[in-house]
Amino acid sequence: MTLSNVTLAVVVGGVYAVGAYLLLQRSLMRIVFGFVLLGHGANLLLLVAGGPAGRSPLLGEAAPAEMADPLPQAMALTAVVITFGVTTFLLALSYRSWLIHRRDEVQDDVEDRRIARREEHPGEEEVR
Amino acid sequence: MLVLLLSHFGLAASVPFVARRLGRATFVLAAAAPAAALVWAGFRLAEVVSGGSVTASLAWAPQLGLWFALRFDALASAMVALVAGVGVVVLVYCSRYFERDEPGLGRMAGLLVAFAGAMLGLVLADHLLALYVFWELTTVCSFLLIGHRRDEESRHAAVHALLVTTGLGLFMLVGLVLLGQAADTYRISALLAEPPEGGPVSVAVVLILLGAFAKSAQVPFHGWLPAAMVAPTPVSAYLHAAAMVQAGVYLVARLAPAFADVAAWRPLVLSVGLVTMLQGGWRALREDDLKRLLALGTVSQLGLLMVLFGAGSRTAALAGVAVLLAHGLFKAALFLTAGVADRQTGTTRLDGSTGLWRRMPGLFGAAVLAAASMAGLPPLLGYVGKEAAYEAFLHEGVPALVLAGIVAGSILTVGYSVRYLWGAFGGKPHTLTAAPVPLPRVLGLVAPAATLALASLGLGLLPGEVHVLAAAYADVFAGGEEYHLALWSGWTPAFLLSAVTIAAGLALHPLRQWIEGAVVRVPDAGAVYRATLRGLDLAAVTVTRRIQVGSLPVYLTVILTTLVATPGVALVSHGALPSTLRLWDTPVQLMLGLLILTASAGVAVARRRFTAVLLLGAAGYGVAALFVVHGAPDLALAQFLVETLLLVVFLFVLRRLPPRFLEARQRPPVSHAGAAALAGLLGVFVGGFFLLAATARRWPSVSAGYLDRAREAGGTNIVNLILVDFRALDTLGEVSVLAVAATGVASLVLVAWRGVGGGDGDPAMTEESEKRRRRRLTPRAREAPRRRWLAAPYGPPLGPRSVLLEAATRIVVPTALVLSAYLLLAGHERTGGGFAGGLVAGMAFVLRYVAGGRYELTAAAPVRPASVIGLGLFVAAGMAVPGWVGGGEIFAGTVLEATLPVLGHVKLVTSFFFDLGIYLVVVGLVLEILTALGAQVEEEGGLAQ
Repeated sequence: MTLSNVTLAVVVGGVYAVGAYLLLQRSLMRIVFGFVLLGHGANLLLLVAGGPAGRSPLLGEAAPAEMADPLPQAMALTAVVITFGVTTFLLALSYRSWLIHRRDEVQDDVEDRRIARREEHPGEEEVR
Repeated sequence: MLVLLLSHFGLAASVPFVARRLGRATFVLAAAAPAAALVWAGFRLAEVVSGGSVTASLAWAPQLGLWFALRFDALASAMVALVAGVGVVVLVYCSRYFERDEPGLGRMAGLLVAFAGAMLGLVLADHLLALYVFWELTTVCSFLLIGHRRDEESRHAAVHALLVTTGLGLFMLVGLVLLGQAADTYRISALLAEPPEGGPVSVAVVLILLGAFAKSAQVPFHGWLPAAMVAPTPVSAYLHAAAMVQAGVYLVARLAPAFADVAAWRPLVLSVGLVTMLQGGWRALREDDLKRLLALGTVSQLGLLMVLFGAGSRTAALAGVAVLLAHGLFKAALFLTAGVADRQTGTTRLDGSTGLWRRMPGLFGAAVLAAASMAGLPPLLGYVGKEAAYEAFLHEGVPALVLAGIVAGSILTVGYSVRYLWGAFGGKPHTLTAAPVPLPRVLGLVAPAATLALASLGLGLLPGEVHVLAAAYADVFAGGEEYHLALWSGWTPAFLLSAVTIAAGLALHPLRQWIEGAVVRVPDAGAVYRATLRGLDLAAVTVTRRIQVGSLPVYLTVILTTLVATPGVALVSHGALPSTLRLWDTPVQLMLGLLILTASAGVAVARRRFTAVLLLGAAGYGVAALFVVHGAPDLALAQFLVETLLLVVFLFVLRRLPPRFLEARQRPPVSHAGAAALAGLLGVFVGGFFLLAATARRWPSVSAGYLDRAREAGGTNIVNLILVDFRALDTLGEVSVLAVAATGVASLVLVAWRGVGGGDGDPAMTEESEKRRRRRLTPRAREAPRRRWLAAPYGPPLGPRSVLLEAATRIVVPTALVLSAYLLLAGHERTGGGFAGGLVAGMAFVLRYVAGGRYELTAAAPVRPASVIGLGLFVAAGMAVPGWVGGGEIFAGTVLEATLPVLGHVKLVTSFFFDLGIYLVVVGLVLEILTALGAQVEEEGGLAQ
């Protein structure tokens, strides 16, 4: 019977909470930090939800019954590298935002604001 | 049949190119395709009237049940005769109707042939989805042709037609799919042979009928048809009288044998058809424009056709085929005469001209014949059809109301037939025209109209021939007395009704002024359409304003709240926590957990960016250590390497940003307390989910199978085997993501300088500065001696030159490159692999860059990073080929073993090359990041200062 590990549950929950909090901020850099933390949380969740800790999944070094499940490890491994790639992309985004606006903040969408302020009645000329 | 269809579309695609040379003769060339269809149908007619059918099919994706199937039977032959026959006549008419210098002749000719082809495909299609495709093709052709003149009115009419027909066409598509699923076949012939039953079928039938009603301009969707009259007259004659609008009727006729007994069918079709017939007829009597009068007449006749085909009885179906043919002939003829009258007098208003009949007797003759057929006068085909229609509803068990409706509608039809003749040709004492100018001879225009009108007469005189064709279709309806289409069936009640109809209809003409002034108004479908559009617009604005507020934090709040609320509630309602809890696997986890949590919390509260990045790194290393404890050395290795690289990359960007986080300029739309509360709830949810998920496993992991197959695949490191062999296709997708991310970084940063720092206004200026920038970067990089390290001019990017760092670089970099090669090669057997190896090699380049600056980087890796990534993807994807060519699965690995001199026993697993591809992609990614976020940002910083 698989046992649930309370410590890891608290860690994953905590990392998720901090990540989500940072994601809700205005500062682009904080959002990137939040993204990285959420990535950690997701990888841990993926790994540990797959099964309990065990020996390394190398044939010949451990009996198969003692091994940790290798499949979530393989998935998490690519996830780690992809998180890295996407994080650098987000960094480049926030750098460009800084270059153009001299702010690294999430701006509100101007077009959406304009629609929100629009008159109740759409232009008659569009409807005939 | 396939050749016929292809020839239509081929001709449609090619005629616009020859139009400039051929001019109006293009239309005659275009007529070749429908003429060929007509001839082909003529040769096959004998086969289908005896109850047979001609089929052809082309397998497209048979596994999905997708066939391009065609079937030519009795009903299809009637439609083909109409579509191709009227098509030829209209195209010939076009070649005389348009001015020589009319713009867009080639386009129009092409569209008309394409339309003829689509219509041909529609009536021949034996597959529900093929039918739908052709159905919408006709709509698109109609849209383009209505908008031919491109003025405001044409555009609105075209959009109106498109929205109504495709909008309800979507309902029809849903209906077709429901029907196909219920029957387990999309072949129409198979479906009709064994009609499915049940609730979904009823829904499907109603949805399909909605689409058919819209296409055939039935109330309440009829508004688009009169509006479409802005199209050139030949287009109206063909699409909006003879061919396209019959598509809905055709579909009803096609499905009636199988579905007329579905509960909703008869009430719906009969009521809609009758209301349409009466409404259209009444409005036609009040209309004062010739083309709109004919269009409303068409609406009315389509209502009649719906009733006849929808009734689902043999006599009604016989009448339906007769009226279908008759209507196609007389309505096209009348439109063509209206077109001639328009050309000769310059107006299509009823009171616009007077006495045309005296000046154009030939045209008048053709119009009289056609109008007489419309009114149902013997001995024309229209009379044969009407007689059969009365007969059908006199005897069979349908409410008398239907018969009354048809008689009333027919009286109106007689009325507006007379009104048309009077309006187009009659003498009107109040109309003052200029002195009659001599009219040009227009034999080429009158002849097509006369041909159609004479065909009405000819077929009317040969009712037996029409009967043979109609019966071949109508005989599928069981029962019904043996009625024959005929001109004279004796003193039957139907004949008496016909006489009454004609007399009453003629009596309407003297009452025209009273009718025109009558206050009985029927709701205008156009107004309903406009109100619907306006309502849609308004709803869209309102919804957009409420939902799309334009603030990212608000959107995220909504998403996270949904996450907490829906699965969270499910989690709570699931019940108690699992009883099998324990605190930790080893106490190390507790310590690492504390480290991670403390560092994470520190990231959230840090005021300085640098502090936050360091704390983030600490959390990452903690996670990597947890991986080690868990028994995942490969994962931990990758995590350590990534964390280190990430730390450096963060520093690259941070050197350009202010050290502290800025005070938010805009107030955050979600308060800090709110965000914290939501985040806390999310954390609790994820923690709870974690506890449950870990104990949720009921079946053994699929990894057990991987263990068995690892030996066979020639390796011992199972994680690596999963990545490069068992699930290689997944990994290929994942490295593609890396390639995309690298491209994104490069495109964001490398183009950043252009148009930002320099003037936006002067592109030459920025181009010049761009060139200068390249010159500055390249030659000096070339000047740097390749042989020696750290000899490039200019210092390192972060701080002054450091002897210690340079010395360490010289020692560490070669070691790291060797290590990376080892990790790559050893990955199959022990910890390592392409990801880890690539990251280590990347770190070596990072070190050289950090120690030597941007020119050092160019010297260290004199290749374009994008080329490395591309090569890596190529190598990885190429590994799919050997297994595939060998007849096995793609990415199947093979083990090659050989004993070589000197080297001894060598084992090569082909999936090693896949790992090599991963390695190259990762190295390329790191190089791309160094070039963009490292060297470029450094240079921009230099320029900015």
